[in-house]
Amino acid sequence: MDPVSINLLGLPGRPLLWLLAVVCFGVFGWRMWQIVSRLRQAKPQNRFDRWPDRVAHFIQNVLLQKRIFNERAIGWPHFLIFWGFVLYATCFNWALVKGLFPFLPIPYPDEVGLIGALLEVFGVIVLAALLVAVARRLFFPPPRLHLSLDANLILGLIGVLMVSTLLGRTFALVTEGGQAHWHHLISGLLRPAFSSMTKDTAEGWAKAMWWAHMLGVFTFLCYLPFSKHLHLMISPFNVFFGNLRPAGSLDAPGTSDDYGAGAAVWKDFTWKQLLCGYSCAECGRCDRACPAQNSGYALSPQDIVQKVKHHFEQEAFRQGAGTATSSGVPAEGGEPRLAGGLVTPAEVWACTTCMACMDCCAVWNEQIPLIVQMRRHLVGQGAVDRGVQDMLDKLNRYGNSFGKSDRMRARWVQTAGLKIKDARKEPVDYLWFVGDYASFDPRLADITVKTAKIFQAAGLDFGLLYEAERNAGNDVRRIGEEGLFEVLREKNLQALGKAQFKRLVTTDPHTYNTLKNEYHFNGSGPEVLHYTEVIAQLLADGKLAVKKKLGLRATYHDPCYLGRYNGVYDPPRQILRALGVDLVEMPRHHNKSYCCGAGGGRIWMEDTEKIQERPAENRIREAVALPEVKAFLVACPKDIAMFRDAVKTTGNEGKIAVKDIAELVWEAVEREA
Amino acid sequence: MNYYVLLKMVPDTVEELEIAPDGKALDLEINRLKLADSDEHAIEQALLLKEKHGGEVTVVALEAPDVDDALFTALAKGANRAIKIAGDWAGLQSLGAAKVMAAYLAPGGQLPAETVVLLRSQAYDDLEGEVGPALAELVKAPFVGVVTSVTPEGGKLRVLKEFAGGLRGEFVLPVPCVLGIQSAEKPPRYVPIAKVRATQKTAKIETAEVAAPEKPAVVEVERMYKPEAAGRAQMFEGSPEEVADQVVEVLAQNSLI
Amino acid sequence: MSNGILVLVEQVKGEISEITYEMLGLGRRLADELKVPLTAALTGGGVAGLAGQLGAADKVLVVDSPALNMAPAATLAGVAGAAAAQCQAGLVLVGGTNVSLGIGTILSLRTGLPYVNFCKAVKVENGAVVATSLLCGGKILSDVKLAENRGILSIYPGAFPAEAGKSDKSPTVETLAAPVEAPAVEFAKFIEPETGDVDITKQDILVAVGRGIQSQDNLALAEELAQALGGAVCASRPVIDQNWLPLSRQVGKSGMSVKPRLYLALGISGAPEHWEGMQGSRLIISINTDPKAPIFEGSHYGACADVLDVIPALTEKVRARKA
Repeated sequence: MDPVSINLLGLPGRPLLWLLAVVCFGVFGWRMWQIVSRLRQAKPQNRFDRWPDRVAHFIQNVLLQKRIFNERAIGWPHFLIFWGFVLYATCFNWALVKGLFPFLPIPYPDEVGLIGALLEVFGVIVLAALLVAVARRLFFPPPRLHLSLDANLILGLIGVLMVSTLLGRTFALVTEGGQAHWHHLISGLLRPAFSSMTKDTAEGWAKAMWWAHMLGVFTFLCYLPFSKHLHLMISPFNVFFGNLRPAGSLDAPGTSDDYGAGAAVWKDFTWKQLLCGYSCAECGRCDRACPAQNSGYALSPQDIVQKVKHHFEQEAFRQGAGTATSSGVPAEGGEPRLAGGLVTPAEVWACTTCMACMDCCAVWNEQIPLIVQMRRHLVGQGAVDRGVQDMLDKLNRYGNSFGKSDRMRARWVQTAGLKIKDARKEPVDYLWFVGDYASFDPRLADITVKTAKIFQAAGLDFGLLYEAERNAGNDVRRIGEEGLFEVLREKNLQALGKAQFKRLVTTDPHTYNTLKNEYHFNGSGPEVLHYTEVIAQLLADGKLAVKKKLGLRATYHDPCYLGRYNGVYDPPRQILRALGVDLVEMPRHHNKSYCCGAGGGRIWMEDTEKIQERPAENRIREAVALPEVKAFLVACPKDIAMFRDAVKTTGNEGKIAVKDIAELVWEAVEREA
Repeated sequence: MNYYVLLKMVPDTVEELEIAPDGKALDLEINRLKLADSDEHAIEQALLLKEKHGGEVTVVALEAPDVDDALFTALAKGANRAIKIAGDWAGLQSLGAAKVMAAYLAPGGQLPAETVVLLRSQAYDDLEGEVGPALAELVKAPFVGVVTSVTPEGGKLRVLKEFAGGLRGEFVLPVPCVLGIQSAEKPPRYVPIAKVRATQKTAKIETAEVAAPEKPAVVEVERMYKPEAAGRAQMFEGSPEEVADQVVEVLAQNSLI
Repeated sequence: MSNGILVLVEQVKGEISEITYEMLGLGRRLADELKVPLTAALTGGGVAGLAGQLGAADKVLVVDSPALNMAPAATLAGVAGAAAAQCQAGLVLVGGTNVSLGIGTILSLRTGLPYVNFCKAVKVENGAVVATSLLCGGKILSDVKLAENRGILSIYPGAFPAEAGKSDKSPTVETLAAPVEAPAVEFAKFIEPETGDVDITKQDILVAVGRGIQSQDNLALAEELAQALGGAVCASRPVIDQNWLPLSRQVGKSGMSVKPRLYLALGISGAPEHWEGMQGSRLIISINTDPKAPIFEGSHYGACADVLDVIPALTEKVRARKA
């Protein structure tokens, strides 16, 4: 039976099929060309390197759908729908080729037993998965899941495709008559329902089902490139061309002149950044993970991606789109407009750059570079609020965010009566890059001093850059002041270049991140370590002896720039084990750790909106809910500042104490006087 | 309209200021200089006027350590020209500075037509007075200080001057004139470092030669010193709770609660 | 020949400013020490009636002309020069205020008298007048000896007691027919400050906040404390500049001058411009995280702590004590 040989209202099947194929593929192709050609007008980005790694990345994240499984309810359903789609798409094209070129000596796909069986099995599985998906959307949608007609249409359409295939096979079986074969797994079960049908009717229905299915796919083909479901075409490419460099590096190939100016309109973004919009499946995972979104700030990472996409669609496809103005031209009124006015500065400034969004995005979208690009534009226009402006001026002038003279940076050494080597004058094994907060904040001096004493107790050969140290620039870069970041980096590299040392150790994870990933010490740089990595090693090597075990029941907060960004999860835990701490993991731990809210320059910004609950407050409440946990342990100076405040503002003083790992280590190793 | 903004580098009080060994002046080796805060406002006001009403903004400064940075930053913000008056001006006080500026801006004894000079209303390291009024007197131009708003009006300027207690006065003065700016109508704009660096590569600071006045200072400092910490507060120690307790005690003792 | 001290009277809208009395007090002391006459130059339109308040001076020279109200510094300097010539004064005292800005400098250029700014203290040492000026945000003092006791001193507001300049005596009043330069600057009008809900100058207890309050949200904490104490919240310039509080709450050189029974300075560094506005307070208690903050120099009590920690604790304890 050749399903193509029909006559529909006088139109023979084959020409009809040809017409549909040409028109629908034409529409699809035209639309894809439209998008691709516009994307090519955006800024370049080299994601064409390291093909073997890209293939591996693709296999893991597209074929194995790794991140999809992070949300349990939808994990298996989506995986199954994906593979069902792969099977059905293959079969559609196969069937179409056979239908268009009947002289080809190949069967129709469902005429092959194995294929038929697969089609039936997957038909049922996908239908079941669809039911779960629909139920989820109707009855238990997670927050920020974009519930749209678009999504429901697609679910319906897929359902139609599955049903038409199953029924088609059934009717074909009725037409054929006789014994059901092994591969009529489902159709064999459905046949009895139609046993009263005549062979002719059945054949008619079988063909009708075939055409219904083909029409369904043709509709899909025309509808897809205009709906969010383009994500199924684009996201594999998005993943393939994803970022393979360390997440903690905001470097982009090309000169900083290219990227330093930031992005105001679509042409200022790179093709890859714009691709994110088409890759986004509007699932809302990024929003669910985002601390800014959960606190009530204007920022929604999903919206950022979608708004940039809408802006691209509005602007790039208009007449004369080739003459779109580039960044640097504020609209009337002087207020800089982002993405054609769709993105507000408030959204862009609310980001803490914690990377929870990118960590959970199943299609590997890159929300933070989008945001930083827009921040760069705002900075370029001078559109930063006063507090940030003051901070940048101070950083430029004094090299630190506290506005204190750079000569005061190492005062804490003197005040504590410590003797620490000057790495500028003599060679050291470890150069300790202390960082602004640990050096200047009087509330944190105690912890810094204890860290120094721990190093001394272990006989570590370490030194400081003293006044030559400048803010490492991690948050300066993330605020969008690329020029200032370069100045700071240059000065630090100069000072480091003159010093002699084997390894760098930092107190602050932000410092750690940028020194490790963005400093590029002319080729093979020194090893960059966080102080927890150093102390864990010292304990393991026996260079630090634990005098008394701390019978403390505590929880540990993974700092964003140490954990999620750089994968340093174990050393702090190793330390705590060695100290005899009874560690209770936070419900959101390791890469799910919830940001304290200080990153991305947020610690320097005013809250201009009424916030329900700050990220740090949410986190403390999460900790306090753990039974019998008395201490909240951190490994970052900014965390100390943020969480100690949050303990006060949530009224939890006395219930939980915020301590740095260094404080605990010192307590455990302290030699008696 | 030609706007001239006069800049001055003043000692940065972020750190302890050191007195020179002779005990009569600040130690310029140790003390670092920065642009006077109100100079940023003067630059901003001039740029706002240029952007709204057209004209050219020229920033002028006496040669001093780190003055190039300030001049390039002003250029990056939008100033058209930057002039550095060469020379060693250490020891020059306000009246002397005013004479130098007068010689540069008004070589013929009077400011050219269509000229507005903006500068800080007062500088805090200034023993000798204010450069603004002195300059105005030397070039026979009108002066208004503590200005917080400037509006050109038919060849004249309508300005607001701030008095104590939130009171303000509105004045109208002809051009050419000298204005002492207290604060610009908008906070000084931010210019990204990348732009300043680009400006350092492309723009040039012009140098001007002006003869030094005979007497750099009219008043001679006998002695310069730091205030003694006399009359210092009696300090409360302890945790915030303990401090609060002690404060309450003092308030009770003084019948305030 | 030069003898005699001349005080340039400052009056605004027909009221003699406090600075005038401060200068008169100082002038009286110096005149008595140097044994020279003290003259006051009173300028303005319709001001003759104010002369009686200037009894601390021996003589008052009145130049009555409406053109002199809110006249530019150049015009007032011209009249001051004439007055100085008339009473043969070698030492002139002028107010270091926004109103009198420029008079001293211009007078100095015209007469050749040296001009000394920001005078916080003036003493007579072996017959010579030594003026001490406060510079660089209050961090530096400098002493200048006036040659032949001739010079123009700009007096720092609040540095000298105003009481010393108030007197019941009746001075000799003379009219001075000084030529009045046509003012090159025209005074258009006054713009009164918006009347805020609260007049902080009338409050007994002020809770003052500065940068240390950190964010607008935390103002609520200060409001609660002020309420508990029965006072009002005021602020230093940085807080006002951010528009967290209206201008009517600003304390300082460009804001209000206050003299409450209690001034709680919270998170305020104590820059001279702010100090000028509240130095007369009866009891000053300051909290600041910086142990070197200038505010501690003049406060009666202080603590090095975070105001965000102290304020809530203090509010609670004040309420408890009052209950």
